[in-house]
Amino acid sequence: MSAESVHFETRIRSAHQEVVIGRGHRFCLIGERINPTGRRIFQEQLRAGDLSAIDRDVAAQVTGGADVLDVNMGVPLTDEADLLAKAIVKIQSLTDKPICIDSSVVEALEAGLSVYQGRALVNSITAEDERMEQILPLVKKYDAAVIALPNDVDEIPMEPEKRLALVQKIVDVATKEYGIAMHDIVIDPLAMPIGADTASGVATFETMRRIRDEFGLNMTCGASNVSFGMPERHALNGTWLPMAMMMGLTSAIMDARTPEIVNAVKAADLFLGHDDWGMEWIGRARAAKAAADAAADSGAQGATTGA
Amino acid sequence: MTPDEILRALYDETLVGNGPRVLELTHEALGMEMEPQSLLFDALIPSLEEVGARFERGDFFVPEMLIAGKAMAGAMEVLRPLLADTGVETIGKFLMGTVKGDVHDIGKNLVNIMLEGAGFEVIDLGVQVAPEKFVSAIEEHQPDIVGMSAFLTTTMPMFKANINALEKAGLRNDVIVMVGGAPVTQEYADAVGADGYAADASATVKRAKDLLHQRRSPVPA
Repeated sequence: MSAESVHFETRIRSAHQEVVIGRGHRFCLIGERINPTGRRIFQEQLRAGDLSAIDRDVAAQVTGGADVLDVNMGVPLTDEADLLAKAIVKIQSLTDKPICIDSSVVEALEAGLSVYQGRALVNSITAEDERMEQILPLVKKYDAAVIALPNDVDEIPMEPEKRLALVQKIVDVATKEYGIAMHDIVIDPLAMPIGADTASGVATFETMRRIRDEFGLNMTCGASNVSFGMPERHALNGTWLPMAMMMGLTSAIMDARTPEIVNAVKAADLFLGHDDWGMEWIGRARAAKAAADAAADSGAQGATTGA
Repeated sequence: MTPDEILRALYDETLVGNGPRVLELTHEALGMEMEPQSLLFDALIPSLEEVGARFERGDFFVPEMLIAGKAMAGAMEVLRPLLADTGVETIGKFLMGTVKGDVHDIGKNLVNIMLEGAGFEVIDLGVQVAPEKFVSAIEEHQPDIVGMSAFLTTTMPMFKANINALEKAGLRNDVIVMVGGAPVTQEYADAVGADGYAADASATVKRAKDLLHQRRSPVPA
């Protein structure tokens, strides 16, 4: 495959809204916060069948600039399939943003897909045969797109060469055995924490560049992972994302509540020519100013009333 | 350098993770016929304890833990055979592994460093450790404690599978089982029948010591 000749567009949809992931399009920001991992109170609420906290998380991600919402209901010792299906129905009643259905439990993915209205993104498969055999038929059946991680049973390989070989394996299996289109495969190139291995940064960039040039596939990744265990994480995440965008990253799963990181992505979109005349950038700045002014006004009014 | 100066330097260089210098100092100390256990208990272990304390306070970060752990591990390669000759006992033997289906190991590695820093002998089975591998490693190494790590809600059920395998092999009462990892809770640890859970690396050390102490205390009549 020749460089630059092919680049695929991944289309995901809710009932009323389509999001295109692809080179030349605005970076697709997948809001990551609708996830109970590490949130004890949220877990207890979900276990008791109380999904009300989801409203706030959805609102925060959408306001922050999320284009797609990642939804994970991995609460230990519960019926994750039931919970995920309920959460998806609820979220689709709150917002038109498409959903990335996130679970490592096959039954939960199926339950989520069966109630989802639109064209979902499934998170995720790996290059492990078992995962592909279980999940790819669902991706096909429900006409979804899928995130794929180039790791297998033995390891997360560090060398770009090995990761590329696993990408090739995923592509072969998904397209030839399950009839899934190239444009519906989104690779997560596995960004490892820089604090655990300084060489991993360059290895990941090289992996991304080659996936872009040799496969033309879209890519996403868990962006906050790169700064794990380090101070000033927002600064690291906000620097890493534009660098990764240069290497072909077209989407990321990240917390849209952090303006510092979202702004870094939006600025990179502008410089990469994905934001015509900077209208998105200007619009966001104007909205932020209006919100700040309104907050100051109500603050001033409150002070007057109080006095 | 005097022996005291060597111990001080060994402590300081381990703290900042200067592996090559730690190794030099170790050889220099042994050349002066200093006792291996003095290097371990008067310099390396206190230094790693300080690293752990700083990490817990948020003053030290992951890379600093990792390089300090590597520096100590380099010295231990030289010291371990000598310590074995002198019959110095470690405070306990800890067998560690990330469960089958899971390749996450950063948290586990941090825990290993803290355990070694506290004087445990740690045998790390790596990632993707299947139940039968835990069983055969317990038979081979006869650890006091087995630590199982899982980072995913989907791989956490392997704790139960591993514990079942230990029961089937008749080994369950020979070892203390500890579980941990990002999504794991005390409630979950109890549900799978583990003996102990800890939320982070330094809590693991405290809990491991407590559990060992309980196990070794004579049962009151």
